[in-house]
Amino acid sequence: MEPSKVVVAVAGLAAIVWVNWYFFLAEGRKAAVAAKVGATGLQQVVIRVEGGYAPSRVRLRAGQPARLVFDRREDSSCSEEVVFPAFGIRRFLPAHQRTGIDLPATAAGAYEFTCGMGMLRGSLVVEDA
Amino acid sequence: MASSTEAARADGPGAAGLAVAPGPARITIQVSGMTCAACQARVQKALAGAPGVLDATVNLMTAEATVSYDPAASGAEALVERVRETGYGAALSRAGADAVVEQDAARAQEFRELRAKALVALAAGAAAMVASMPLMAAHAHLGLGAPADPFMRWSMRVLDPPLARALPWLYAVPPRALAFGLLALTTAVMAWAGRHFYVRAWAAFRHHAADMNTLIAVGTGAAYVLSLLATVAPGFFVARGVPPDVYYEAVVLIIALILVGNTLEARAKRQTSTALRALLRLQPRTARVVRGGEERDVPVEEVHAGDVVVVRPGERLPVDGEVLTGASAVDESMLTGEPLPVEKHPGDRVIGATVNGAGAFRYRATGVGAETVLAHIVKLMREAQGSRAPIQKLADRISGIFVPVVLSISIATFVVWFLAADAAPAVRAFAAAVAVLVIACPCAMGLAVPTAVMVATGKGAELGVLVKGGEALERAHAVDTVVLDKTGTITEGKPAVTEVVLAAGAPVPEDVLVALVAAVERASEHPLAAAIVARATASGLPAPEVQRFEALAGRGARGVVDGRAVVVGNPALLAAEGISTAALEASAAERAERGWTTVFAAVDGALAGFLAVADRLRPTSPEAIRRLRRMGLEVVMLTGDTRRTAEAIAREAGVTRVVAGVLPEGKVAEVERLQREGRVVAMVGDGINDAPALARADVGVAMGSGTDVAVEASDVTLMRSDLRAVADAIALSRRTMRTMRQNLFWAFAYNVVGIPVAAGALYPALGLQLSPVLASAAMAFSSVSVVTNSLRLRRFRGA
Repeated sequence: MEPSKVVVAVAGLAAIVWVNWYFFLAEGRKAAVAAKVGATGLQQVVIRVEGGYAPSRVRLRAGQPARLVFDRREDSSCSEEVVFPAFGIRRFLPAHQRTGIDLPATAAGAYEFTCGMGMLRGSLVVEDA
Repeated sequence: MASSTEAARADGPGAAGLAVAPGPARITIQVSGMTCAACQARVQKALAGAPGVLDATVNLMTAEATVSYDPAASGAEALVERVRETGYGAALSRAGADAVVEQDAARAQEFRELRAKALVALAAGAAAMVASMPLMAAHAHLGLGAPADPFMRWSMRVLDPPLARALPWLYAVPPRALAFGLLALTTAVMAWAGRHFYVRAWAAFRHHAADMNTLIAVGTGAAYVLSLLATVAPGFFVARGVPPDVYYEAVVLIIALILVGNTLEARAKRQTSTALRALLRLQPRTARVVRGGEERDVPVEEVHAGDVVVVRPGERLPVDGEVLTGASAVDESMLTGEPLPVEKHPGDRVIGATVNGAGAFRYRATGVGAETVLAHIVKLMREAQGSRAPIQKLADRISGIFVPVVLSISIATFVVWFLAADAAPAVRAFAAAVAVLVIACPCAMGLAVPTAVMVATGKGAELGVLVKGGEALERAHAVDTVVLDKTGTITEGKPAVTEVVLAAGAPVPEDVLVALVAAVERASEHPLAAAIVARATASGLPAPEVQRFEALAGRGARGVVDGRAVVVGNPALLAAEGISTAALEASAAERAERGWTTVFAAVDGALAGFLAVADRLRPTSPEAIRRLRRMGLEVVMLTGDTRRTAEAIAREAGVTRVVAGVLPEGKVAEVERLQREGRVVAMVGDGINDAPALARADVGVAMGSGTDVAVEASDVTLMRSDLRAVADAIALSRRTMRTMRQNLFWAFAYNVVGIPVAAGALYPALGLQLSPVLASAAMAFSSVSVVTNSLRLRRFRGA
């Protein structure tokens, strides 16, 4: 095989490995950010919406209500809605504004939230205190 | 469960069922420009110091101020102004309705922007095509071969000769100058029309996420970089035997076509929520209320529970309430789907957003703000549209991994072409890899189910059928057995006089008999009494006083009316008075056969006749049951009545399977029994007595009276007491499922076929390779077709 072909084959393979590592594995290792608990027992966390959710993993305490404040800093229609399938919530997030979403006290477990089309993802890790 | 803004609205005036005197009002103001705790304190101080303010809290995180105030001393606008005076931006918080308006405005704005960009990019694409022709011709003359892109090869063959004749001067321009001109044009298009693709792709990339923008950005970006190198350093390519092909026209056309697709998609997506918008438009802005003895127009937000609202002919009712004086027929079709206007008299409930007919009346507001039926419907609809149908799970799983997988396939495509191509491996490998990127369409998958749920729930609301969400919508399609509660569902739910039978030689005519019997029954508490009194009132009969009234438990009652001795009751009572009922027994027995109850009456010691009372069938029930059976559904009637009464009603309604003598608790067991038989059961009931059975059934359908929409136990709420809506609901579910399946099939099949073709799977057999430009066109229209297919549900017209 010509050297150029070997180079292309090896580089291609490396690129595929990198793509899958970057999008699937590197993200999962990010630690969840814990919500701040206010005086009233309400847990609050601000999630920045810009091409994704930051933080995308939020740790909440079980059995306490929570407020997630989505700070949408873009006007891409991809992120205009946020959906919490487990809670039956679909909410429009006005661009360049903060929108608070109140969640009821929930049992421990992992709950996903996504954009309106399921492309952007985040998760709530609800743990017993 | 509510966003903070809606929660604020729920606390608003009247929400807590305030009594007549208006209590403190509460509003939420959105404050912008606050960056720190000091700003927060300043706004809070300003609000707390305003006249009439009872309490003010400012939340820095949500940028909201919640204020309780005395509406007599202050107003929402004054408070907003107060915040503005501190130098921060302020606006009244957007409640549920306004959020939709805002979303709408955002969509409209997006649509206009996309359209402008698409048009400009298309024009630029056409110009780039034309300018590329002489460039390719020049390359061909240099002996560098035909372009690798099949689309450009085709255009060379077809467009180049006539173009060369038409624009000879263009062919006289030096190729390098043309290339630089194209570079400038493409750069401009990417930087303006296509800018958002790159910005968003980069933002997603930083979050380890990838979406449609990633594919477009990588695809066009790679083509652009390669073209840039070929323009700046063609010698590098020529020296290696590779033609210095440029792909400018492809970059511009890909961006243009995808923008066209996005434009159409934005328009179609807007249409999926037309039903919700139509509902919101029903809300009048102002109301005419009586304040301080005079009629005044006030914004609808300032109507409190207990206010007296004045409605003139043809006006839309601003809030829910109870009629005080006057009468009219009100058109409730927009909320209940009931086509005929409904008569309203003092004491009747009226619903906000319905339209008054020719009469005028005053009513007391009972439900305002978030407590109105309209607000409940809007909330239910928004929740339903936000819910996910289980069928979407697969699409969700795939769209989560889709883009990285496509990136991998694209790289693999490049490698395989590079290793295997017989001629010009690099160029062909490159074209195929880009085609894979731009043909893949995750959007179609993401849109397949939600758009169908949106349109279907909207359509349902139009038909007076509120579906709780995607899951209920999906479950309802599989229903094969419909269990109908008899009382209040198949029947009106309240007894009425069905017939008055006079004895031969009766001492009084029919009208007088009814008036006399009603006079006695007015004093009685027997359930049948109400039916007889209602009949007398409806016939406009006089209501004389009864004297010496005596209730005889279990048998009837007697008294003296207008000086005549009246005895009302069963044959045993009359027999005890020495009055024989033998003459009417045969005809009474015949009524009993139909499930009717008979009440005998004697006047001045002589048998006068009997009144038959029955819980009448709703006039629409037989047709509804015929429709359900035509749809292949088994219809079962459930009732606590005796078998004889039950069968009489069932015959009339056209139900063949009857389960009689069921106690309220037994309804759940009956539903369970049917489910054990392997049936998928829809239970239709009134939502209150039947709540456990509704919850147990696969699909619980609550028949609302148009006033109690948020029925918890049910999956589907019917806004009008009409069983035909059950058939509509199931038919709508079936149609929606079909649409979702078509959409998913199309979205999957498109990618499953499109990606391999773009990668060159057909090349070895047919010599066919897809051009990136054509691939992007296919991608742009695949998602449009999915949304358009969902929009077809708007044409659904009921079962």
